[in-house]
Amino acid sequence: MTRARLWLDPLLASLGALLLTAVVLGALGHHPGRALLALWQGAFGDQIALEATLLRAVPLLLIGLGTALSFRAGIWNIGGEGQLAVGALLATAFATRFLPDVSALVAVPVLLLAGALAGGLLGGLAAELRNRRSVSEVLSTLMLNFIGLHAVAWAVRGPLQEAARTYPQSDALADHARLALIPGLGRVHYGLLLALLLAPLVWALLFRSAAGLRLRAVGSNAAAARFAGISTERETRRVMWLAGALAGLAGAIEIVGVTGRLFQNLSPGYGFTAIAVALLARLHPLAVVASALFFAALASGGGAMQRVAGVPSVAVQMIEAFVILISAGFAVVARR
Amino acid sequence: MDAALLALVLSTLRLATPLCLAAMGELVAERAGVLNIGIEGMMLAGAYAAFVAALVSGSATVGCSAGAAAGVALACVFAFFVVERRADPIVCGAALNILALGITGTLSRRFEILSFETPRVPDLLPGLNLFLLGSLLLIPSVALVLYRTRLGLHLRACGERAEAAHVQGIRVRRVRWGATLFGGACAGLAGASLVLWISDVFVEGMTSGRGFIALALVLFGAYRVWRIAFGALLFGFASAFQFRLQASGFPLSHDLLLMLPYLLTLLVLAFSSGRGTAPADLARPFVARD
Repeated sequence: MTRARLWLDPLLASLGALLLTAVVLGALGHHPGRALLALWQGAFGDQIALEATLLRAVPLLLIGLGTALSFRAGIWNIGGEGQLAVGALLATAFATRFLPDVSALVAVPVLLLAGALAGGLLGGLAAELRNRRSVSEVLSTLMLNFIGLHAVAWAVRGPLQEAARTYPQSDALADHARLALIPGLGRVHYGLLLALLLAPLVWALLFRSAAGLRLRAVGSNAAAARFAGISTERETRRVMWLAGALAGLAGAIEIVGVTGRLFQNLSPGYGFTAIAVALLARLHPLAVVASALFFAALASGGGAMQRVAGVPSVAVQMIEAFVILISAGFAVVARR
Repeated sequence: MDAALLALVLSTLRLATPLCLAAMGELVAERAGVLNIGIEGMMLAGAYAAFVAALVSGSATVGCSAGAAAGVALACVFAFFVVERRADPIVCGAALNILALGITGTLSRRFEILSFETPRVPDLLPGLNLFLLGSLLLIPSVALVLYRTRLGLHLRACGERAEAAHVQGIRVRRVRWGATLFGGACAGLAGASLVLWISDVFVEGMTSGRGFIALALVLFGAYRVWRIAFGALLFGFASAFQFRLQASGFPLSHDLLLMLPYLLTLLVLAFSSGRGTAPADLARPFVARD
């Protein structure tokens, strides 16, 4: 494949998806030009819009990296949504129930680790089910999504509900459990830097380490990898733990960086959008940064589209679906 | 029979019907070698189309047809990418699920429906709804066609050894297209049964994983018609039982009870004996080499 197509295909895929969505919106009697303009304004129009876009890019980037890793290994982990949910759940449990009065420098890393651990456990569970009981990870991660989301629903009405017992939400986190904000960037917290730092690390792991080579070997030809002495079970376990931990970390960051408390529907489907993020980036960790920004812009622009142009914000999901379909189509052409 | 027990049985049959319809369609697609994880989205699209068409036309028949047609329409997109263009079925299936959520969400918020006089699919006899009758007829028909006809033989050949089927003169892609569209129609009807029988309104995301459970049922049933039908009954019973527990004020959180069907699916997948029986050429793209 030529080098130009590496850049051209994703560009065409995103433009094509926008165009298709505009056509559908036009057919529904909306004004597509006004809708797309509102989308752009809502994503980049002013400081507040830009902050919203950057904030949404953090979970998409983290889960997108994990998705890219697992897809590279030929593991169809579509459990980002559930892994994010349990990450947020455990981080909140720690923060509101067990956290002693320590400095933020200690508290925040502990909470982030708790989130990563919970997400990793859920991912690891899917890996064990696949390794020991031959349960397809597609189905197990899908089921675990529902289980994770219901677990949050249960927690915010049960053990983690706020002391006032008024709303189905947890207590607000104490100040020393919150992520610091980046000076000059408004509501944007240091989680953005962490996520941006993890992208090159994941890239190095995938393309500059023996572990990454094994992982890619399993993905491109499992039988050959096994013949070369690589344990596909071990690689499955590792990549699922890692992908789950990244998604769980994203959940914890949402709690300590953005919302400050746990409630239902914490994530507007970041786990599913991350599939589109990873595929548009052609499963390349560095490109995931750009693609996470693109989908974050869509997500934050979607709200403005609804307010200004009267187009329901869920229309953004159409763009996601079209991006995935077109990217999948391109991948086939490239394989030939 | 005890009234409570009778209610439980009827509720079991009612909740098993959409699962059974969707799983039968998925079975046919998978036996032809097409793994379609987009049935969740096809069900959702079917539910929305059936709801709107039934309301607008005032006829449940039109509603059912629209539901099936919506499922077929999405199945066409899926077949185009997966069968024709040989794209990855899991990626495309996931995309279709997102697409269906986006489209039905956009439509249902764009055109808000205020009247709730949804025409219902009637009961033929008390307790025997036409949807239930339809799926009771579908089970033996699928078994008959799959195992006792030439078409079924060809279809299974495409799933087991596409290359060999091709050499025998079977048009593998055409068969796979047909099986995928049949699966889409079944999923669309399953969606229609949600709005024209089980409930009477469309709610965004109302399929809530039923399509995925149908996928799991095919595995649990080891790709065999009657075992899948039994699995659908088992899940129908589990959901019905869970609703009864909720209604009777069982001291377990509502949210934990809602988790049960998904936990049960995981357990069943982990401990069922259906492993290793998948059609040999399932989810493998077919390229004719002339």
